[in-house]
Amino acid sequence: MKYTQQDFKSDQIVKWCPGCGDHAILAAVLRAMPEICEKTGMTKEQFVFVSGIGCSSRFPYYMNTYGFHGIHGRAGALATGMKVANPNLSVWQMTGDGDALAIGGNHFIHEIRRNIDVNIILFNNRIYGLTKGQYSPTSKFGMVTKTSPYGTVEYPFTPGELVLGARGTFFARSLDSELALNQEIMVRAALHKGTSVMEMLVNCMIYNNGTHADISDREVRADRTIILRDGEPMIFGKNKDKGIVLDGLSLKVVKIGENGFTEKNILVHDSKSDNFGIHSMLVDMKGPDFPVALGVIRDVADKTYDESLHKQVAEVKEKAKIHSMDELLHSGATWTVE
Amino acid sequence: MERKVVDVQDVVIRFTGDSGDGMQLTGTLFADASALYGNEISTFPDYPAEIRAPQGTVSGVSGFQVHIGQKDVKTPGDLADVLVSMNPAALMANAKFAKPGGSIILDQDSFDEQGLEKAGFKTLDPIEELNLKDYNVIWAPITSLTKESLKESGMDMKSIIRCKNIFTLGMCYFMFGRPLHFTEEYLKKKFAKKPNLIEPNIKVLNDGYNYAHNTHAIGNTYTIAPAKVEKGVYRSINGNQATAWGLIAAAEKSGRPMFVGSYPITPATAILEELAIHKNLNVKTMQCEDEISGICTSIGAAYAGNMAVTTTSGPGLSLKSEALGLAFIAELPLVIVDVQRSGPSTGIPTKTEQTDLAQALYGRNGECPVMVMAARTPSDCFRAAFYAAKYAMEHMMPVIFLSEGYLGNGSEPWKIPSMSDYTAINPPIITECNGKFRPFERDPKTFVRHWAIPGTPGLEHRVGGLEKTPGGAVSSDPEVHEMMVKNRAEKLRKLSEVIPPLEVIGKEKGDVLLVGWGGTYGHLYTAVNQLLDEGMKVGFAQFDYINPLPKNTAEIFKNYKKILVCELNSGQFADYLRAKLPEFKYQQFNKVQGQPFMVHEIVEAVKNLK
Repeated sequence: MKYTQQDFKSDQIVKWCPGCGDHAILAAVLRAMPEICEKTGMTKEQFVFVSGIGCSSRFPYYMNTYGFHGIHGRAGALATGMKVANPNLSVWQMTGDGDALAIGGNHFIHEIRRNIDVNIILFNNRIYGLTKGQYSPTSKFGMVTKTSPYGTVEYPFTPGELVLGARGTFFARSLDSELALNQEIMVRAALHKGTSVMEMLVNCMIYNNGTHADISDREVRADRTIILRDGEPMIFGKNKDKGIVLDGLSLKVVKIGENGFTEKNILVHDSKSDNFGIHSMLVDMKGPDFPVALGVIRDVADKTYDESLHKQVAEVKEKAKIHSMDELLHSGATWTVE
Repeated sequence: MERKVVDVQDVVIRFTGDSGDGMQLTGTLFADASALYGNEISTFPDYPAEIRAPQGTVSGVSGFQVHIGQKDVKTPGDLADVLVSMNPAALMANAKFAKPGGSIILDQDSFDEQGLEKAGFKTLDPIEELNLKDYNVIWAPITSLTKESLKESGMDMKSIIRCKNIFTLGMCYFMFGRPLHFTEEYLKKKFAKKPNLIEPNIKVLNDGYNYAHNTHAIGNTYTIAPAKVEKGVYRSINGNQATAWGLIAAAEKSGRPMFVGSYPITPATAILEELAIHKNLNVKTMQCEDEISGICTSIGAAYAGNMAVTTTSGPGLSLKSEALGLAFIAELPLVIVDVQRSGPSTGIPTKTEQTDLAQALYGRNGECPVMVMAARTPSDCFRAAFYAAKYAMEHMMPVIFLSEGYLGNGSEPWKIPSMSDYTAINPPIITECNGKFRPFERDPKTFVRHWAIPGTPGLEHRVGGLEKTPGGAVSSDPEVHEMMVKNRAEKLRKLSEVIPPLEVIGKEKGDVLLVGWGGTYGHLYTAVNQLLDEGMKVGFAQFDYINPLPKNTAEIFKNYKKILVCELNSGQFADYLRAKLPEFKYQQFNKVQGQPFMVHEIVEAVKNLK
């Protein structure tokens, strides 16, 4: 079945603030859906968008698919239950940095550890927007907010580290405004079997405007970010003259053409590699010494929980001697009173 | 001493020892052999939270009480006719449960100076110290006789000593005229993979039997004739197993695959364990990362079209409260089983109570009434779980089944039902509709909404925790909210027309109506029969459904001069009745000790009513 964006768009008025990064994510999702259906053979009624609480968690109302707007932090558990109950569904979990990493942290890590085949879009604006401006688990150290008037005294999570630490099989990162890249990432996530985490660095115009500006501003973006694509060397910069090499056990940024470094020395990205160490270092790259990695950083194959459980159920059914409740009731030790 | 064989109606035996002494197994084997022999039985395991508390101390004492009889055995019995104590600590902790004039069997070998001191005895004469002179105390050198019995078995000394419970079991079989072959068969099956253990265990069982036969210390022996029970095929079942099976039965009847999201918690864990075995019967179990995930994965599964279940105990129900509200407002079917234990907080995890009723009724934010129901006996958990699932699915709502540690761990013989005797379950699944699907449009009679399962073309819709219009749009309109609050409550109220009416045991009009709910059924039933035998004008009403109440509740209450609400809490059901039916005066009989009622306590409470 051929779909267009319009098929996936609900009749609800989108209520995010003007200029909010969430609008761009919605646009990318709407663009990705027809392509996903084409590539997977899935139909619209197989999609479920599930969320927790927060600005981004309003997302399911804007999709003309099945949807579940849950409670704070529990999107991961709801999504897990849906996918395990019915593996034929394509489950999309919409969650924010507070929803997934603070109140829902436990579900988030265990969902990833179990490798439930769910696609998670993590809207990271480093602030609590819906409650009007309190710091989140990804807010920078020292950030002044309504609940930290003298600055926070706690370090933020790097979501990618958490994902990899929880045995994540798929992690991608992008900026809200990278529409084409985001569509590409979403299609990759849909094709990945297992938990796919897409960290979207989104801007909150009202409570945390410019939080990602240090890498997203047009003037600096090319020098402070790198888009990783499989099979391509890790080259970045306005003049495409900088690259990433392996230096001992660490990564290093070099200038191509200087100190004997040529394009041949530059690392070639491989999201499918088993090399956890490289993926981990790529996830960790940050300024001022490194560009922030965007794109699909890790996409490795592994067993999924939902598939394994259904396989186990089928195996048990095949071997079982008991096939009905009546048979179960009469199994084991019984006695007859005449 | 001349030995007599005495015919008795019923007898209560309490096996007690260190938590490593195998008393739960001994009690279970005795109960099973009695059930197979044809007696009615009721059991009560009373064990500590510690898996292995320091040996020989009172905190490590484990007990198992068995009541066997010819008829109407509805409780594990108040006090034990025979108390078996494998060590001084067991005697110290359990002497109070021995019936005055009854027998006490003690393992003489363990009553040395060190053992007595560990148990907290101040003297070397425990009989004098506990004032047990009027009891028939049987000193048996159980440990040394077990060693002697098995000295040529080739087993190591530690394993030999562990067989002393089987020796003791043999002694009890003699005292109560139980045949040995049921247990011998059991031992053969149990040790099928370790055949070298079969013979020694059978030998030590027989040696115990013969020792009891030969020793003069044991006075009278007892026969309890087989009960005149209904014809049929029977099995022994405990409440947690019956709960699991009732749920599987509901899944089969409804044709919905079952999803169970749970987190281990005493005393509910055995339900999850049991369900995990039966994947062949369309059951998927998931041991979740926490209680909240347990209920939320289940809610997700319910949305996806499965029969969803989460099982827990009191503290777990507290953690599930917010999500229970979500299932309620999203109007999704969900069974929550709470096997109640002593609270608040961690409380006494292994002891029984009925103290979660208020939590089940009220423990959520907003106006959130859910169906609350209970079971009478261990095997009745099958019925309760089945109907909890039926009502949840047919009425698209969460249902709380309040079980109890007493029911979950207790076991009884059960006449195996046929699934053809159980009613159909027809969830309101919708597969197509004209125009746009309106998720909260209701059946005008039942107020039930449709269940549209993802994967169905054309029924795409959104549900969630936000208030919505019948069409499914998010709404904070004051009138819409009030209407939805009322409609959800009305949907539940309408169930009072569907559930069975309240019935009375005993006098249909009279002086006192005893009111109970849950696992106190057996004690109240027995008490009311005693009072009736004494000529008192009493009735007894057992509530299997608490919210909503059966529609004839007031009709029944008005037939009595006094109403006595008996429960294992400080009066939670009594308070609920006061709110629901304020025209009646309720008196209370309560106990909050982590222990079941005793029949005589209830009898006295009724007699002392003012």
